[in-house]
This record gives sequence, C-alpha cells and structure tokens, in this order.
Amino acid sequence: MTDELQRKNVRLVRTLLLVAVVMFGFGFALVPLYDVLCKVTGLNGKVDTTAVKETGYQIDSNRELTVEFVTALNESAPMEFRAETPNLKVHPGQFYTVNFYAQNKTDKPMVAQAIPSISPGLAAEYFKKTECFCFTEQKFKPREGRIMPVRFVVDPKISPEYKTITLAYTFFDNTEKAEKQ
Amino acid sequence: MSAVIAPHDHEHDDHHDDHGPMKGWIRWIITTNHKDIGTLYLLFALAMFFVGGAMAMVIRAELFEPGLQFVNPQFFNSMTTMHALVMVFGAVMPAFVGLANWQIPMMIGAPDMALPRMNNMSFWMLVAGVLLLASTLFMEGGAPAAGWTLYPPLVLQTGAALPFAIFSVHLLGISSIMGAINIIATIFNMRAPAMTLMKMPLFVWTWLITAFLLIAIMPVFAGAVTMLLTDRFFDTSFFDAAGGGDPVLYQHIFWFFGHPEVYVMILPTFGVASTIIPVFARKPLFGYSSMVYATASIAFLSFIVWAHHMFLVGMPMAGELYFMYATMLIAIPTGVKVFNWTATMWKGAMTFETPMLFSIAFVVLFTMGGFTGLMMAVAPADFQYHDTYFIVAHFHYTLVPASVFILMAAGYFWLPKWTGHMYNEKIGKLHFWLSAISVNILFFPQHFLGLAGMPRRIPDYAVQFADWNMVSSIGGFIFGLSQLLFLYIVIDTIRGGTGEKVTDEVWEDAHKHSLEWTLPSPAPYHTFTTPPETVPSEHF
Repeated sequence: MTDELQRKNVRLVRTLLLVAVVMFGFGFALVPLYDVLCKVTGLNGKVDTTAVKETGYQIDSNRELTVEFVTALNESAPMEFRAETPNLKVHPGQFYTVNFYAQNKTDKPMVAQAIPSISPGLAAEYFKKTECFCFTEQKFKPREGRIMPVRFVVDPKISPEYKTITLAYTFFDNTEKAEKQ
Repeated sequence: MSAVIAPHDHEHDDHHDDHGPMKGWIRWIITTNHKDIGTLYLLFALAMFFVGGAMAMVIRAELFEPGLQFVNPQFFNSMTTMHALVMVFGAVMPAFVGLANWQIPMMIGAPDMALPRMNNMSFWMLVAGVLLLASTLFMEGGAPAAGWTLYPPLVLQTGAALPFAIFSVHLLGISSIMGAINIIATIFNMRAPAMTLMKMPLFVWTWLITAFLLIAIMPVFAGAVTMLLTDRFFDTSFFDAAGGGDPVLYQHIFWFFGHPEVYVMILPTFGVASTIIPVFARKPLFGYSSMVYATASIAFLSFIVWAHHMFLVGMPMAGELYFMYATMLIAIPTGVKVFNWTATMWKGAMTFETPMLFSIAFVVLFTMGGFTGLMMAVAPADFQYHDTYFIVAHFHYTLVPASVFILMAAGYFWLPKWTGHMYNEKIGKLHFWLSAISVNILFFPQHFLGLAGMPRRIPDYAVQFADWNMVSSIGGFIFGLSQLLFLYIVIDTIRGGTGEKVTDEVWEDAHKHSLEWTLPSPAPYHTFTTPPETVPSEHF
C-alpha cells in the first residue's frame, strides 16, 4: 500500500467516523427537537402543566362543548383513581371545577405523579388550567384518600370543529424513584 | 535527508507479500485477507440463518393449531423477538457484508479491502455481539420478548437480559459501521484506474449507497437503546411519561433508524439481482444509470418516511397525509428497477440455471411484497392492517423470497468462482422449486389471516384463524427442511461438487459483465495485485 493511498484512507476514515459520531449526537438531539416540535405544533396532545391566571374570558354562552374525563393507572399502580363526574357540558370562556378522587391502597407512604393528555391533540393549547393535582408530585400517607379539584377553562378561540374534548389522566407510582433521590 | 529516506523506501520493498494463506486454524482468527473474511462472514451468516430458522420453526409449531401446545407465551414472544434480531443482524446483514468482502475487491480490480485489519475486527465484533445476544436466552427472566423494535415501556420490563441485549446492539452497530467505512474506503480509493464510478457493477453501487445508510443510522439506533438503558438504570425519563418523557419519542427515533435499515437489507439484494439477471439473459443490464439513480433515490426517501410505521400513534391529519404520500413515492424508483430487470430479460437468450431461477422468483415475489407495502402506505387502510399478520406477510415477502432468495442465488452464482467446483444443478433446482412453492404456502395465507384481523406476536388465537395457520405452518416446515438441501450443496461444492472442470468465466460470456470472471477459478488468494488495464463496459 503506497503512502498516498494510506493518507487518503486515513482522511476518509476520519470523515466517516465523524459522520457516525455526529449521527449518534443527532439521535439525542431528536429528544429536544421532538419536544420543541410538539410544543410549536401541539401535535401530541401534551398539556402545558403550568397554571394560568384566572383572567376574564368573554363567555360564549351560545356554544357548548362536552369535556370528558378519563382516569387510568400506569402498570397497575396500587391506587384508586376516578373522576367524580364522567363528563361536563361547558361554555368556552367560563371557569369550571371538577373533582377527582385518588387513594393510596398500600400501607406505605406513596409519591405519585399524574400525567394529563388531551385529545384531540390540537385542542390541547385551548384547554387551560388554573389549578391541577398534575402540576406537582402528590404525596399520599398510607391508605390516604383525598379529593383533588381541577379548575379549567376552554379558550373561546377554539375552532368550532371541536365538539368534544377528552382529558385523560394517568397516575404513575413514583415512590421508588423518589426514595432513591 | 536522502540517507533517511532511502532505508524507508527499501523497507517498503520488502513488504511485498506474495505468500499464500497461513497454515492451521489460526489463519481464520487473524486473517486480514478479504476472501477469508468474506468466507467467515458467509459461513457465520449461514449458521445464524439456521439458528433464526429454528426459532421460526418453534413459532410455526406453536401456531400450528389454536391453544398453547409447546411453549409458554413469554418464551413464544422471546422467539419472535430473537428470530427477528438474529435474522436481521446475524444472518441477512452479515451475509451481504460477506458478499461485499469477496466480491467488491474482485469487481473493482482491487487487491484487497482498504482497511484489512479493521475488516477482521468488525467480523469478530459481530460474533461477540451475536453471542452476547444469544446468551440472553439463558438469563433470568428470559431473552428480550418485547419485539425486535424494543418499544418502551414494555421492553423495560425485560429481566436480566435487557442490558446485555443493549450492549449487543452496540457491538453489532459498531461492527456494521466499521464494515461500512471499510466498504466506502475500498470503493473510493481502491478502484482500478479504468474503473470509473459509472462503470462499477450494480452490486458495488448498491453497497456503496447501503454503506452510507449504515453510517447514518446505526449510531441513531445505538443512541436510542442507550436512552433505554439510562431510563431503566439511571432514572432518566427519555421515554417515561411520569418524568416528562414520551414513549412515542422512542418510536420516532427507532424508525428513523428502522426504515433505512430495511433498505440496508434490500439494496444489496437489488445489486445482486442486477448482476445475475444480465448474465443469464445474455444481455447488458437495461437502464444501468437509471438503476444507480433509483437506488440513490430510494436511499434518500428512506430517511423521510419513517412515521408510516406509526400511523396509529395519533398523528394529526397533516402528518398522516405527508407520510402516506412520501411513502407511496418510493414505489416510483422501485418500479423503475422492476421494469429494468424485466426489460433486461426481454428478448434475451435466457437459460434457467439455479441462480437465475432464484433471481426471477425474486423479481416476481418482491413485487408482490412491494404491492402489499403500497397497500399499507395508505394511512386509513393501515388502521386495519397495523400489527396484524398482514404486515408479517408483507415484510416476510420482501425479506425471504427477496433478500434470502437473492442470497441463495448469489451463493449458486459465485460458489464455482470461490471454490473452483461446480455445484449439483439437479439438487440446486430441487432446492429452488421446494423453496419457491413452500415460501408461498408459508406466507401467502398470512395475508388472509391479517385481513381477517389476526394480531401478530401472539402464541394463541381465535379458532376462526385455525385453517390458514395450519397451512402456513406446513409451508413453514417444508421451507425450513428444504434449506437443509442448500447446506448440503454448499458443503458438497466446497468438497468438490460434481467434479466438473469449472472454466474461468464459469457462466457463458460472464467475463463481459464483470471483472471477477476474468480471474482463474478458484480465485487465487491474492488477486489484482496489479490493477487490470481494461474493465468490462455495460455496452457490449
């Protein structure tokens, strides 16, 4: 093998290795890219988990939407979890409060996190909450059960094509992770 | 100064290595010869083809009739997962790397691969990776059983096997990347001066493009499984919704790798078909440059269609439509290829030796697999087909009677050149007809099962699916047993075959198509130590 060929090979291998390393980084770069893309386009129904101020909206009493409440437990978390009403008829712009009930079914303290999801996904940005148990991790004493309110409003700017919005909560048992930290 | 340079030059002169292969078994461990490494890859792939095939036999035996017969559901799911991983990473990909090792230097008039030591290393890392993967079968909690796509959160429930499976993916990835870099360096830097890019055989072209795909996607897959690893053991939340992550993100990253990955398995298949068909049609390949551009277009499109694997994750309408149309676009360059192969055969003086039979079956059956792919590209229709046996039938049609048939064809086509012996044509044809008929008995009924709603990855099913499953299983057993004929033929050919004297060109006028047929049969240990002066042209 001539020296020149050797040099050419080394240069090419370096470039190609660099491409491989960059693509490894690209895989990780997809994580924030995905979040940004979802936030900008509202594609995956991810809900903003920060409280909004209870500002005055123009109530649109001519329009009525149905908001449905769905509750689920992840990996059969040892809890009881339900909404006190399965659905609610709402006027855009008006604030409502709906109660959820969650109970720790174990004899140990529990840390749990509820993750909200809205469908259809594109309606998520018009669904605002001033108060929600999903904003922070919830600590439960052994066997403790409690009622947790959610206060929300549907932004009147929401497109008229939406007649029903489903708000789904999944409770995750984070006790083990919380103990480690 | 000259006193320093002179001994250096002299040293180089001494390094002309005209020696033959090393004596003893150690040759196979430390070899850097492209032909030896090609042989190692091919034999390893053949062995893994039977290991993965045995797993498929377990699956088909369990599905022979409804109810649980032989294995428990957990082990059944391990079998579907491991069958896929072994076949993809242990059999099909290494087999094509083996072909590349043997053929690319001989086809472009190079003495060896550009980076022989790295070549050796990538083979042994492959072996280490596959052994690591196989070892998970004996671990507590069993081998991975969440499907070869390793979707979280399900895959995170894997027992002790999870980190081993992930490290195995890392090793396989590094091995593939090194192999790909080597192939690119060989093709770019080692071609005979007369071998311009647009004179390269299609097999070399398709491998060049495949190698770029590998370098782009294997690191992404390595990244995705690394995220699984940290989610499981280091409390990160890439895919854990409780910590703000999203399991759907994994699917996006996986299929960004996964879709080009399926073309990694099919593009070299196209290359071999484009090499074999002209020889037995006794015509130059029809539309050579359109074949090159079609291959490049397919490779490009493969990067922008990934979410057609995820039509059911709840994408908005715009996303569904984009991925649907982009996917259907792939049918155009693929169609160009199918028509070119057909046009190559048109009015050719065709003969039907075993490699040609397998190649023709490939053109027909791959086209069928392509059409079912087009059906599933239609997003609203995919809602019905998703995760049923219809998709199982689709990708097996594009892999078994396509990639695997073409690998068989390549074996029959080049074995005489590699060994200097002729294989037994009668048994070869028997192998072909048994395979071609049974593969359809095996996979065609799975279309019906899928359309009727039978889900994939289940060990038991509703009785309404019983009849076609039994037919499919019978086809599977015939197909599996037929492959033993191939094993017999390979061993028999290596040991002397029919005893017939093989000419240098082996197939009539093959030397007009590609350089390797100008070499003696069997190909000497070192070939093209000086580059050939002229190379075959596509127009003769």
